[in-house]
Amino acid sequence: MIRVLLPFHLRTLARVDGELRLEIAGPATVGALLDAVELQYPVLRGTLRDHVTLKRRPFIRYFACQEDLSLEPPGTPLPAAVVNGTEPFLIVGAIAGG
Amino acid sequence: MSTIRVLAGTKKGAFILTADGRRQDWQISGPHFAGWEVYHLKGSAADPNRIYASQTSGWFGQIIQRSDDGGLTWNTPGSSPEELQGPGGFPKGESNKFAYEGAAGTHQWYDGTQHPWEFKRVWHVEPSLTDPDTAFAGVEDAAIFKTTDGGRTWRGLPGLRQAKGNLWAPGAGGMAVHTILLDPKNPQRMYVAISAAGAFRTEDGGQTWRPINRGLKSLYELPDPDAEVGHCVHRIALHPSRPDVLFMQKHWDVLRSDDAGGQWTEVSGNLPSDFGFPIDVHFHEPETIYVVPIKSDSEHYPPEGKLRVYRSKTGGHEWEALGNGLPQRDCYVNVLRDAMAVDSLEPCGIYFGTTGGQIYCSPDGGDHWQAIVRDLPGILSVEVQTLP
Repeated sequence: MIRVLLPFHLRTLARVDGELRLEIAGPATVGALLDAVELQYPVLRGTLRDHVTLKRRPFIRYFACQEDLSLEPPGTPLPAAVVNGTEPFLIVGAIAGG
Repeated sequence: MSTIRVLAGTKKGAFILTADGRRQDWQISGPHFAGWEVYHLKGSAADPNRIYASQTSGWFGQIIQRSDDGGLTWNTPGSSPEELQGPGGFPKGESNKFAYEGAAGTHQWYDGTQHPWEFKRVWHVEPSLTDPDTAFAGVEDAAIFKTTDGGRTWRGLPGLRQAKGNLWAPGAGGMAVHTILLDPKNPQRMYVAISAAGAFRTEDGGQTWRPINRGLKSLYELPDPDAEVGHCVHRIALHPSRPDVLFMQKHWDVLRSDDAGGQWTEVSGNLPSDFGFPIDVHFHEPETIYVVPIKSDSEHYPPEGKLRVYRSKTGGHEWEALGNGLPQRDCYVNVLRDAMAVDSLEPCGIYFGTTGGQIYCSPDGGDHWQAIVRDLPGILSVEVQTLP
């Protein structure tokens, strides 16, 4: 069970409290995790990645196990501690705007 | 007695203000979508309880929200509890998708180079006059999208870009379709306005468009006096009884056209400044129009620090200042292009919102004003519904 923590506004939008809990079929990669988030919570499509290009939105960042995964390619494997649910995958709104 | 419902989009959420026909005692609900920018909300003329809202964020992008109960509850279209019942009822999540069709091409950038079209947000939602499930969205970068399924899916009308889109350029606020006018007498005719491209008209329901900017003068922005596109049109308005007569607040100049945009004539007359953003028409008097003069494009606040609406009862040229009840000293707010509206009561109510978070109402056509709320976030848009 993979745990995902969304920023406040996206939790409100998806109407979830606390963390998302997801299963991934196949290789557990950053891209597969985002696919699973959007499959289970379709309202989040377009809020993390562009609808068409699937590029990360500029002010969205991904972190896990003290590592910034934002710039890693979608095929990057998730850390083992995220895959086994020990650590959450953090989706963060960048600190920006003054 | 009638009920008035004011729909206010702000920098930090949406607010709904209601009052009876006296328009004196207001109830306020909100913020809806707290913390998000809500560029625009508008109710359907065919079903006033159907309201579309554009919720947007620099972080998280574009969300379309819809209410079917007059703003009490909201859902992203296709995801209401009723729509999720039963097998196969999983939401598709397409209501937020605004994808330009085909090769969108490029438009002019600030430095004169060509720049690819990039969707940023929905500025304006214009519901159909007859079908609650049909609406148009004006978006940045400038395009118009249409839904026929209540906002579940949106399709672009790419013919607009064929009207010399490669020559359009963003204004300081971006390059957006910010105004959509539907002709109540001809469902195939629509008008849109774009900063900084100009005004455009379709006669075939949005498939093809032509620029309607003849007579506009933008000497400092456009050296070519005959430029067909590139004008910074801030707002256009019409009266439903005479959809061939258009009024325009341009970056500078207030103008009118009596032939559906074929030719424009300046009617700024004795205005203290002909720079401004909104323009609107009295509900019962097609030649009575309203603007809010702003000092200049460099100083976005009222002349002399006095907030005054100007009214012309002659369709332009001759204007009177209306300031009774509005702050007449030390006022340095702005009034944005989508932040003025009228109701259909007698006498006609006029409403506008400011970047300082006030919404003002005049229940008598502009003679007297009162703040119906004072401390909201900056107001981006104001729409008014007159309910039986």
